Amino acid sequence: MRSQLVLHPAKDELAELAAKLEADGYCQCVDLCAVDYLTSPDRLDLPDGIAPQRFEVVAVFITHGINRHSIASSGVTSEVASETTSQGNPSDAATNENSATNTPHRIRVRVQVPEDDPNLPSLTHIYPGTENMEREIYDMFGISFLGNPDLTRILMPDEWQGHPLRRDYAVGQVPVQFKGAPS
Amino acid sequence: MSVLRTSGAERIFRRDAASPVLRDLEAGPSREGTMIVNMGPQHPSTHGVLRLLLELDGEVVVRSKPIIGYLHTGMEKTGETLTYLQGPTNVTRMDYAAPLFNELVFSLATEELLGMEIPPRATWIRMLLCELNRMSSHLLFQATNGMDIGAVSMMLYGWREREEVLRLLEEITGLRMNHNYIRPGGVAADLPDGWEEAVLRVCDTVEPRLEEYDVLLTSQPIWRERLQGVGVISTEECLALGVTGPILRSTGYAWDLRSNMAYLAYEDVDFDVLVGSYGDCFDRYAIRLNEIRESIRMVRQIVEKMPKGDYRTQDKKVTPPPRARIDESMEALIHHFKIFTEGFKVPEGEVYVAVESPRGELGCYLVSDGSSKPMRIHIRAPSFVNLQALPYMMEGALVADAVAIISSVDPIMGEVDR
Repeated sequence: MRSQLVLHPAKDELAELAAKLEADGYCQCVDLCAVDYLTSPDRLDLPDGIAPQRFEVVAVFITHGINRHSIASSGVTSEVASETTSQGNPSDAATNENSATNTPHRIRVRVQVPEDDPNLPSLTHIYPGTENMEREIYDMFGISFLGNPDLTRILMPDEWQGHPLRRDYAVGQVPVQFKGAPS
Repeated sequence: MSVLRTSGAERIFRRDAASPVLRDLEAGPSREGTMIVNMGPQHPSTHGVLRLLLELDGEVVVRSKPIIGYLHTGMEKTGETLTYLQGPTNVTRMDYAAPLFNELVFSLATEELLGMEIPPRATWIRMLLCELNRMSSHLLFQATNGMDIGAVSMMLYGWREREEVLRLLEEITGLRMNHNYIRPGGVAADLPDGWEEAVLRVCDTVEPRLEEYDVLLTSQPIWRERLQGVGVISTEECLALGVTGPILRSTGYAWDLRSNMAYLAYEDVDFDVLVGSYGDCFDRYAIRLNEIRESIRMVRQIVEKMPKGDYRTQDKKVTPPPRARIDESMEALIHHFKIFTEGFKVPEGEVYVAVESPRGELGCYLVSDGSSKPMRIHIRAPSFVNLQALPYMMEGALVADAVAIISSVDPIMGEVDR
């Protein structure tokens, strides 16, 4: 399997990066999910200068190989994002990036989200398809997406307390929280 | 009888215009004379437990919103408590109409983290099983789609042919559904004796029946009138909304991961990516029907080209010793015990892998912290994303067409809610 290019923008650079990716021919944001690194705070796979935070939001963008211009010329990689491949070797990333702009490939964007301020700008104005994915992350992790037109719970009931996919949310022994259920 | 059929190609994604998504129920109807009604979740044509809010102007849908979560069982959370070897039993229950694809994507992600190559025979067995599963999934679609639109006899025929495929899958994997057959490192067991004849027999049975479907449905004026020009969507809307699979292809956009970003051994088999031209319910029906034919074509080639060799990796780290060794060697017994109780450790890392499921891009994002259980397992379910297109397809359609449109998206609520 080919390795994917991974970018690590800061929280406030995400929207700008996504807009540049969209302009660059990354026509779909295929996946958006979050990870809670509560139980393994010391990660070695982040590049220098990126401070690990409890939450990480991961977006996967795909280009179908019909780019309007190369991402290298847009300055994204040098200005707003540092990079690493899944092997953690930045030089691989550079070659990968130059050779692959006209072939279909995916690019992964990992954003650190601090526990005390769990929010991110919404990508819905750039990739409308992320609406439900952002709602799922909000529901499961309690990370807010500022600008999402409908930031409500999507899988859990509206009146549910807590965010089930957080690592400190216990499995089992969850009291029944539905309306009208005997407690 | 002719049907006015316009292509959706000119439709652009209107970011600034009034949205067809009914986001704020409290705010009430968008204009005078409309009414907001609830449909589902327990409605026979909502494919399980999909609930819809519909804002209706008479019989015409103005805005709508799919409401999901009724089948949410926290499978991604459960996945964090299961070892990598137990993982496939969990993910296989997500898309229950195409369980082997879930197992495949999970296994590919785990193998990517392990940096493991699997033997060619295992790859080809996986491909064989996946194409058979694609047939059964699309046959299920033919059955339910027929039933939703009122061709109730189609339901029986679709189910009958699907059963042929499921019987074959049972012969190979031991189970009709939720197989747990594709596992990290290869597949659970080699193909049984006489599998070639069994597989070809199913192909020979299903193929002529597809011709019967054509007679029953494709050329039938009522069928065409119910589907043509209904639920139109354009390529641009699909791309904006993240829609993949037969819905994206129905708009005339040839994007299929099997061909465009080949995985397994899809480069070594001949097949065509089928596209529509109108982006309506009929194109989606026709694409799925013809994809069964393409799958049969692929299955025949796979039977011919199936390589010999191991059906799973011989890497001792993930593969238990052969049963006979356990009787004669204490170490083999311990080894076996360790693999099935503790599981194997997977190096730290994160990976995103995707395959083309019958419903679109099925992805798996896997994060390992170096232990024998995933720290995070996220499945990118195509139905979950595709459902977002419903309000756009339904805008301006009749309530009766809404049912046809839901059906044409072919959502599997198990993977929508996970």
